[in-house]
Amino acid sequence: MALMRITSPHAHGPLSTAMVMRTVLLATLPGIVALVHFFGFGVVVNILWACLVAVGCEALVLKLRKRPLGFYLNDASALVTATLLGIALPPYAPWWLIAVGVSFAIIIGKHLYGGMGYNPFNPAMLGYVVLLISFPLEMTTWGAPLGINQVGAPGLLTALQACFMPASVDIATMATPLDLLKQNDSLLIANLWTQQPVFGRWAGLGWEWVNIGFLAGGAWLLYKRIFTWHAPVTMLASLTLLAAIFYDSGSSASGGSPAFHLLSGGTMFAAFFIITDPVSSAVSNRGKLIYGAAIGALIYIIRVWGNYPDAVAFAVLLMNFVAPFIDHYTQPRTYGHSKGGGRSS
Amino acid sequence: MRKIYDIHGGIHPLENKHQSLQVSSTPAGIPPQLFYPLSQHIGAPAKAVVSVGQKVLKGELLAAADGFISVPIHASTSGVITAIEPRPVPHPSAMPAPCIVLDSDGLDTWIEHSGVEDYTQLERSALLQLIRDSGIAGMGGAGFPAAVKLGVNPERGRINTLLINGTECEPYITADDILMREQAEAIIAGIHILTHLVEPTEILLGIEDNKPEAIAALRAAAAGTAIDIVVFPTKYPSGGEKQLIEIVTGKQVPSGGLPADIGIVCQNVGTIYAIYRAVTYGEPLISRMTTVTGNAAAHPRNYEVLLGTPMSWLLDLAGYDAKRNQRLMMGGPMMGFTITDPSVPVVKTTNCLLAPTVEELPAPDPAQACIRCGMCAEACPASLLPQQMYWFAQGKEFEKLEAHNLFDCIECGACSYVCPSNIPLVQYYRAAKAEIVQMRNDHAKSEHSRTRFEARQERLDREAAEKEAQRATRKAAAEQRARDAAAGDGVEDPVQAAIARAKAKKAGQAEPAASADPAQAAIEKAKATRAASADLAPEDKARQDLQKLRERAEKSRARLTESREAGAQDKVIEALDASVLKLDEKIATAVAAMADQGWSENPQQAPADPAQAAIERALAKRAAQAAAPALSPREQLQKNLQSVEKSLQKATAKLAEAEQENSDKVEVLQQSVQKLTTKQSQVQAELTALED
Repeated sequence: MALMRITSPHAHGPLSTAMVMRTVLLATLPGIVALVHFFGFGVVVNILWACLVAVGCEALVLKLRKRPLGFYLNDASALVTATLLGIALPPYAPWWLIAVGVSFAIIIGKHLYGGMGYNPFNPAMLGYVVLLISFPLEMTTWGAPLGINQVGAPGLLTALQACFMPASVDIATMATPLDLLKQNDSLLIANLWTQQPVFGRWAGLGWEWVNIGFLAGGAWLLYKRIFTWHAPVTMLASLTLLAAIFYDSGSSASGGSPAFHLLSGGTMFAAFFIITDPVSSAVSNRGKLIYGAAIGALIYIIRVWGNYPDAVAFAVLLMNFVAPFIDHYTQPRTYGHSKGGGRSS
Repeated sequence: MRKIYDIHGGIHPLENKHQSLQVSSTPAGIPPQLFYPLSQHIGAPAKAVVSVGQKVLKGELLAAADGFISVPIHASTSGVITAIEPRPVPHPSAMPAPCIVLDSDGLDTWIEHSGVEDYTQLERSALLQLIRDSGIAGMGGAGFPAAVKLGVNPERGRINTLLINGTECEPYITADDILMREQAEAIIAGIHILTHLVEPTEILLGIEDNKPEAIAALRAAAAGTAIDIVVFPTKYPSGGEKQLIEIVTGKQVPSGGLPADIGIVCQNVGTIYAIYRAVTYGEPLISRMTTVTGNAAAHPRNYEVLLGTPMSWLLDLAGYDAKRNQRLMMGGPMMGFTITDPSVPVVKTTNCLLAPTVEELPAPDPAQACIRCGMCAEACPASLLPQQMYWFAQGKEFEKLEAHNLFDCIECGACSYVCPSNIPLVQYYRAAKAEIVQMRNDHAKSEHSRTRFEARQERLDREAAEKEAQRATRKAAAEQRARDAAAGDGVEDPVQAAIARAKAKKAGQAEPAASADPAQAAIEKAKATRAASADLAPEDKARQDLQKLRERAEKSRARLTESREAGAQDKVIEALDASVLKLDEKIATAVAAMADQGWSENPQQAPADPAQAAIERALAKRAAQAAAPALSPREQLQKNLQSVEKSLQKATAKLAEAEQENSDKVEVLQQSVQKLTTKQSQVQAELTALED
């Protein structure tokens, strides 16, 4: 047998891109379980339908681009995009809404930019924003956090019906805690909490547990060293800081407590599953610190003073723009170089 | 306990060191034929000092160091030199390189040698020379001449720290480990020699914590000495010189600098052992410890190998199964390179021969797209951004690569190891580095050519300006002369002019002869020629030019025939042909121009001085007259009459002409006709009188 001629290194670590993607998928489970527990099976239908559409789009584009299907589908990156978008969309969203969002994310957000690794924007957030701008009504209709055991809570069948025959069922909806807080201009925070049933212990009923679920999944990913702590920690820190500054002791003009912001909407989901998308974020650790902190600040600003119900998607897309700029200024100090970039002495 | 510093990044690949540590090291024996590549180290290849057919003894010099950064090579056993020619060598390029081939006689007869009794009595330079003459190059893998490293220029500053590298962080390799276990005393003794040589203030021996036996052996041997055995956690690539320095001292070697810049000199334990053997026993570097391991080798272990031993010999000893092996490597799985020909020899840097099975080290998977996960940046011991550099390397953005400190990459392979997309990152960096180096060289070359071109252009411009200035001066002089001539009474005395010219020429010729400097003489001669030719009448000048053209044409023709006979290139012949044609054309034009002017091509043979000529002509006439037979008076008269009549006729004709033209010469001519008529009648009268 002829001996191979390859350059070093000859050994390779155990990790593969497909494994990274599958680990991320696995880590979304606690959050999904919490979502199902409070909002019913809508999210499961969302995710499954989104995955189906995503794989279909991915295969179509790969075929058009004349790439080997198996090799590229195997990396599971389309599934991650679809799952993240499926989680972000309101449960019981109509099928076409999901299809539009996912196909936009995969075809335009990912493949038109060159496919995996080449997209400057987070595809899931791109799909989300397109839907939010195009279909604001459908995108802001959230099911009530009734709890899966409650009477009248929609089951899996109802969820399927809501998705594929939207006209045939009527799902109980309710304004989200973030909306309520934003609209409030007369009540003290404490009064608001007692008057509105959607508020729970720290934040929205159910929402706090959903966020804790994603926090748990994120912590596991950190432990598995899928990403570094830098971006999530600074994002949560800057959000907390701004919430603390503008808490205003819970007055009617208060922007909400730090705990409320940390556990509301997509905060934890964004911190561990969206801004950690390596492709569209800053690369160096120092850059990630800046990137995360800026996203946290933008989330607070858009939530409290902006017009949209949640701010994650806009904050992330804005910072995707800035990421290359951050990269340019945050190159780490190389071994043997001084802090100024020259040689150390 | 000494403070241990952590380095950025690093990885923990499977160590796989236990396989080759089951048994102690064994000598590999004497193979029938040994090969010594002339280049086994960093620096200039050694120069062979033996000839084919020569008998050599073990330890005899085969090739001498060629320059400062070079090391000699010695025979590792006794035998006969059978060839000095290119042979396959262990090198990533897999290209053959010059080797000395030695057929061993099996006797293993040593050359006479002896160690230094007390090296402390030896001059520092003498000790360095001894290390140098013993052919010791860094045995950790790089192969840098040890004496050069140890004899570092004192101007760079004092060496404070002597650092011994016993890290051996590459998976599979155990050569240093086994050496430290088995030769701890010798290594410590070797460190003492180096201590004497560099006089450091601290002596450290860095070793990873995965070698407890070696640590124990060294601690025991070093008890009571100033040598500090520094143990630190196992992590690849802690054994890199720069990394080890940071781990044990917290300092970083400046980019592009040397450890000596921060007062540190670093040597591998294998090198220390070789120095010990050289100083204590006078043995040059002729053998080394080499690990033969991998699951395709049935008896993985460490061998004490004679340098030059073919790897196939070692593989046979280790029970190598070629069927189970797909890639053979010299060095470890992280930084080693593949060997395609197992007949290549073990050299000074061969620390390991790795023969893994396909399952053990499978062929790399195809690369996927980079998702910029940043694991490479986390693993990089140099704190680089491999994912960004990969991006730039793909786009050949060399400036950005350099701005991202590509050249600080030590090619440890940690980034490629962790890359989940299986991208061969190091390969990209190697290629980019090579390309940049090539570009730098090309740039330096073109810069050199540019300077040369500019210098030449300047010279040509200067020469052209000088010529122009001379031309202007000449022109001015010519004009001046013309003006002078016009200012004179119009008729220059040709005799005077000729005499003046001749004088000038003579003066011009006399002057250069007086000048001693040949260059000066040549210049003056040229000037004189030019001056002379400037003085030439246009007719003479044309003639001279024509002459020159003819000479040139002659020469060109001669050269053409010559090159035809010599079978020169068609191009050359064509060029010569063309030049001959051109010259012929020029000659023809010149001839035509002269004909137009009515100048004869052949100059009169008469001297240039017209006065002289006239005199001579007159003299000749007289002589001719004198030589003529004497005429009778009557005949004389008749002749006179004839000539007078002839003159009269001429004069009458001229008069008629003048009268017709109404010229002012009519009067003069009338007078002369009258005179002639008178003369005619006189002569006729005389003749009549005579006839009577």
